[in-house]
Amino acid sequence: MIEMSHVSKWYSSFRVLDDCSLKIQKGEVVVICGPSGSGKSTLIKCMNGLEPFQKGEVLINGISVGARGTNLPQLRSRIGMVFQNFELFPHMTVLKNIALPQIKVLNRSRAEAEARAEQLLDRMGLKVQAQKFPAQLSGGQQQRVAIARALAMDPLAMLFDEPTSALDPEMINEVLDVMVALAQEGMTMAVVTHEMGFARRVADRIVFMDEGAIVEDAAKDEFFGTPRSDRAQLFLSKILQH
Amino acid sequence: MGFDFNVLWQYKELLLHGLMVSFQLTLVAIAGGIVLGTFLALMRMSRLRVLSALAGLYVNFLRSLPLILVIFWFYVLAPKIVGHPIDAYSSVLITFILFEAAYYCEIIRAGISSVKRGQVQAGLAMGLTHLNMMRYVVLPQAFRNMLPVLLTQSIIMFQDTSIVYIVGVRDFLTTADVVANSTNRPIELYTTVAVTYLVICFAASRLVGRLQRSYAL
Amino acid sequence: MNYSWDWGLLFREPYVGWIASGFATTCILATYAWLIAFSVGSVIGVFRTLDNKILSTIGTVYVEIFRNIPLLAQMFIWYFVIPELLPHDAQIYVKRGMPNPQFWTAVVALGLYTASRVAEQVRSGIQSIPSGQRAAALAMGFTSTQVYRYVLLPIGFRTVIPSLTNDFLGVFKNSSLALTLGVMELTATARQIEEYSFQSFEPYAAATVLYSCVTLLAITLMRYLERRTRITGTASAGGQ
Repeated sequence: MIEMSHVSKWYSSFRVLDDCSLKIQKGEVVVICGPSGSGKSTLIKCMNGLEPFQKGEVLINGISVGARGTNLPQLRSRIGMVFQNFELFPHMTVLKNIALPQIKVLNRSRAEAEARAEQLLDRMGLKVQAQKFPAQLSGGQQQRVAIARALAMDPLAMLFDEPTSALDPEMINEVLDVMVALAQEGMTMAVVTHEMGFARRVADRIVFMDEGAIVEDAAKDEFFGTPRSDRAQLFLSKILQH
Repeated sequence: MGFDFNVLWQYKELLLHGLMVSFQLTLVAIAGGIVLGTFLALMRMSRLRVLSALAGLYVNFLRSLPLILVIFWFYVLAPKIVGHPIDAYSSVLITFILFEAAYYCEIIRAGISSVKRGQVQAGLAMGLTHLNMMRYVVLPQAFRNMLPVLLTQSIIMFQDTSIVYIVGVRDFLTTADVVANSTNRPIELYTTVAVTYLVICFAASRLVGRLQRSYAL
Repeated sequence: MNYSWDWGLLFREPYVGWIASGFATTCILATYAWLIAFSVGSVIGVFRTLDNKILSTIGTVYVEIFRNIPLLAQMFIWYFVIPELLPHDAQIYVKRGMPNPQFWTAVVALGLYTASRVAEQVRSGIQSIPSGQRAAALAMGFTSTQVYRYVLLPIGFRTVIPSLTNDFLGVFKNSSLALTLGVMELTATARQIEEYSFQSFEPYAAATVLYSCVTLLAITLMRYLERRTRITGTASAGGQ
């Protein structure tokens, strides 16, 4: 469903992504990990064209992200994205945050959009927060609303960019639980994260990146059992100490 | 309708003299304005209610009035107080200092507030008197922080000096206006004035930008 | 100090009528100029934040030209220079047909000058929004226009209400420069009363009081606007 071929990206003379190729099938959950600065956030942002890239190609169900003729807003509306800093719109209520994109991008009616929003909020146990503003919610609540906002668009796939990195420890689990449930329902997911516990539970594949390149791309058991590269081994040993 | 830019060459001394007057006014006003502004800022931040209220009244009052009105006030008021007529140049000079001080005061106040409280506490903990602490710890840092804004305000003031036109002081714009009227070449003169100001102010603001980047604290 | 005070003159005809008309002229001039400044300035400010090179350059050039030339010089240019450069028919209209040329010249000059200041406020308001907000909106499938309309502009404008109020007051104060073109606004009226009545203080005092009132009104309005549009749950800075 998501196909990256030989993607390279430079910021002036600094190479951020080095010939990255990655295929994500429908229903697969792929976890992308690696040390800071390895390019993992950039990689995932190339998937929906938030980051332009100079070389290579990204295809979503056959449609090229970088091509000139592509209707990027329309393509993006089919892919949901969750950000490290939640990025809820502070001047709108929780309900409006989830409803507005449906109305303005998917052309749903207001009643339809709000009903869908309430349904998703209910699933997360956040129905009472519907009329509150983002700043009045905790970090964990905000991130779950952000996930609801992305799900409301009925996406083909979901991209997660370090969804729990900005959360206080006691709130990480409430967000991971939502993501686990999503994975178990069969959502196609690409998740940039350090949470190896999550990876072990629901990931189909683990992708390890270092210095802009994909160093390892293996099935879960293989990766945790016997990682092939030294760098991946080193990384795992540091991370898994927690 | 032919343009005759030779007029500029003919009257170049006069025009340059006008430009010098503009610069002179600006520099004196900056110097005086900053000194007075600093005192006002310290007054406003003082714990003595009376001082802070007085300074506040002065600053808020002057900032709510147009510069032209203040110039007229002073032009009319000063001779009556002093008892004898005051020439236009001195009158506007004093007006500028008093007027700009109100704006500089606010900039300086913001600059002083931007110095972290920890610095003040460290200074006091060492046993420095309040005055010495201001002088050696707070003000130097504050000035570094506020320098770009101070310079920007000064550029604005350089533009404001053109207002002396209304009392007949021969600054750059007024001189150009006089020449324009006597040679009947308004287009050439006013365009030159505009372009000159544009070049000077643009270059100055670019320099301030460079300064800001080179020592962002 | 030898001076005979006559505060009553401010309330006698014809002076009181002059003051009223001068104040009205100031208010009307300022209002028209602000309408131009706000609309043009917002557009230019948005231009400066766009990726489109042509539009952002237009924005930058506009701001640099209109804010680096003194307002008085700009007024002279609009009044003396621009009419000469217009095509023939437009020139005839401006010089002979148009009613109140001094007033409208002042409006245009003041409006376009202030627009450059408004543009900078709008630009800084938009740029102060964390880039993640724009990314999140784009990721949902909003077009660029929608991103500005639903996210960047609503948040950006709220942020700069205090600075825009400053610019609004600036328009009122700068309207006094129109007197150099002969417009009988408030300050010009005060000067005229001084010349006719030989009383120096009272007219200027009246003008001073009126300008101060406008300032107080504007600051009150700003505080009200800030409170009404505050984003719930965030701590907003108190008015200055």
